Amino acid sequence: MSSVYINSASCISVQDTLNENILQNLTPESSVQMLKAIEPNYKEFIPPAMIRRMSKTVKMSSVASHYALQKAGITQPDAIIVGTGMGCSQDSEKFLKNVIDNNEEFLTPTFFIQSTHNTVSGQIALALQCHAYNFTYVNTSSSLEFSLLDAQLQIKDGEAENILVGSTDEQTGRTMELYCLHNIIKKEKDLPADYLHSTTDGVIWGEGASFFVVGKNKTETSYAKLTDIRIINTLELNETQDFIQDFLKKNNLSARDIDAVILGFSGAATSDVYYTEAMNIFPASALLYYKHLSGEFNTASGFSTFLACHILKEQQIPEVMMVNGNTKSEVKNILLYNHLARHDHSLVLLERV
Amino acid sequence: MSQKIAITGMGIISSIGNNVEENFISLQSGKHGISDIQMFETRHAGAIKTGEVKLSNEELIQKLQLDEDNNVTRTSLLGMVAAKEAIESAEISEINGYRTGLISSTSVGGMDITEKYFYSYENFPEKQKYIDAHDAGNSSLAIAGYLGLKGMVSTISTACSSAANAIMMGAKLIKNGVLDRVIVGGTDSLSKFTLNGFNTLMILTDSYNTPFDNDRKGLNLGEAAAFLVLESEEIVKKENKKVLAYLSGYGNANDAHHQTASSENGQGAFLAMQQALKISGLAKEDINYINVHGTATPNNDLSEGIAMIRIFGENQVPEFSSTKAFTGHTLAAAAGIEAVFSILAMQNGLIFPNLNFTTKMAEFDLTPVTELKKKDINHVLSNSFGFGGNCSTLIFSKS
Repeated sequence: MSSVYINSASCISVQDTLNENILQNLTPESSVQMLKAIEPNYKEFIPPAMIRRMSKTVKMSSVASHYALQKAGITQPDAIIVGTGMGCSQDSEKFLKNVIDNNEEFLTPTFFIQSTHNTVSGQIALALQCHAYNFTYVNTSSSLEFSLLDAQLQIKDGEAENILVGSTDEQTGRTMELYCLHNIIKKEKDLPADYLHSTTDGVIWGEGASFFVVGKNKTETSYAKLTDIRIINTLELNETQDFIQDFLKKNNLSARDIDAVILGFSGAATSDVYYTEAMNIFPASALLYYKHLSGEFNTASGFSTFLACHILKEQQIPEVMMVNGNTKSEVKNILLYNHLARHDHSLVLLERV
Repeated sequence: MSQKIAITGMGIISSIGNNVEENFISLQSGKHGISDIQMFETRHAGAIKTGEVKLSNEELIQKLQLDEDNNVTRTSLLGMVAAKEAIESAEISEINGYRTGLISSTSVGGMDITEKYFYSYENFPEKQKYIDAHDAGNSSLAIAGYLGLKGMVSTISTACSSAANAIMMGAKLIKNGVLDRVIVGGTDSLSKFTLNGFNTLMILTDSYNTPFDNDRKGLNLGEAAAFLVLESEEIVKKENKKVLAYLSGYGNANDAHHQTASSENGQGAFLAMQQALKISGLAKEDINYINVHGTATPNNDLSEGIAMIRIFGENQVPEFSSTKAFTGHTLAAAAGIEAVFSILAMQNGLIFPNLNFTTKMAEFDLTPVTELKKKDINHVLSNSFGFGGNCSTLIFSKS
């Protein structure tokens, strides 16, 4: 796969990621069941009447995509590709509640209209008056990775040069209650969570939006080269190492060439074993984790991709992310490995530009 | 297109049949599938008609021989039926024998179960397994699991153009050598959520939908699933595969006009058709038949008609029909359903009729094909447009 470049990155998350000095100001959190994204002052970006109507995922995406385009100096992207696990969860829930509470009577269409999974990509297109290619991927855990892959294909096929790629997910009241009920979210008695050596299942749930401009050409604003992506729906634990080794081999790399590996440790004992298995391949690499900073959610890898971009650009690894003591004088190649509850395993390879 | 993508298998379940053969018989005999709602609880039963698959979840589970402890929702059940038929029709015995993927699509995912137990899951411990099955991505994972597929699995959800985009992405993955083989399409079950959503938008007809008719009153919703198997030229040659048809062009564009309504000049539709023609390398005169989006809403048919005239020219629009009077609008699955119908049209040299049409629209001189018509068809253009301004066009060519 031919390389493309990540020419800007913007993120709204549980951390203060819209601010400066991101890598210096990361604070872990392990004692609550849910983590909320820090919201910017939307008034600077969105008319007040619209702020009230828009759900959190649309608002976060609106701001993050605005910054991503601005930082890359792009006014009209050649494509808009968005990944989301749960889509417009808040509006879906509101409409569903109305349907049930009012016994299918006296309904208004606003929440339904906004409940569609592609509302975010559609709203961005509408705001930019952008008629270009517009896709939305909704996978359990690989929505951003498919969006990046699609961007790579669009560029390779000569259909686009600068693409807005993003991922976004929001929390919703009832869905979070159901996640607690079904032990997707960690029981209160099992908190604080031990992200690296957990003996219990369940995760701390987060939310956020990350947007990037993926370009054909390296520019002054480039953060990283997006070298390759691999995605698989399911994997046996004992296949993990082969899955990773095959991917490295295809890219003419060995484990030693990978300076940092960003692993998706979530504090869910049963599924985190994949990361432990993966660690064994990389005795010399800096091993990093991040979900203690972002929470787990369907597009949590948007946050780690954003951090990886900053690590490559600033050549600095925040201590709060380190799993082991390995440090590197230069961070050239970063491998990201993620899955959610054993579904949708993905590998993303980024290189310093 | 530098490489035409071979279609080697197809499968479908809709309100007019549980497989390709049954759908084909209904299309030929003019037997539509629009009926009163029987399969889910709603106060609109008896008032609003839909294209419902008259098999309960239990019957579908039985048909698929799933374990009793499964947590598969209706969207995935329908998807499994269609995907299985597609695999069988492509004569694939070893699903992971090549780098194989599944790009599916859905708009509702597991909503049919969620809306039943949304407030009461606490009281039904045995139903809590469905909490995991709500998200759209889960439906594709379930279908892939059922097929024993291990590889790239993804879901596209761009409302009513979803399956077209899944087919498009599948083609790109093969064209770029990322995959050798990919199952593409979509699935959507009916739900109270969707029915009420469209009802509040006031775009549902109280009767039978009449696409491209001057007096059209709106759409009937439907439920369905359909999948195609796309394979690389190398596999086709190596395995001497029978090719049902080729995907020769595709295009996606955004109308950027309104979250739900289409623009007056059909800009998104125009751009999607233009892009698909460009990629196919075909001239517009090469298109012998258009399977239009034709939802029978006042807004869609007008906008789509104008876009077709802009592309093909006044009095030069190829023969066209909407098959939504047969199946209803099956949302994320629609482009998959219509891909199967487009292939059947080419294979059998038949244009399936646009049912329920009586009066030409006042705004332009466009009359759909209203009777089953014999015609040699080499290239079909198929449109699908969705909320969020999402407009997609596919072009299929005879093998």
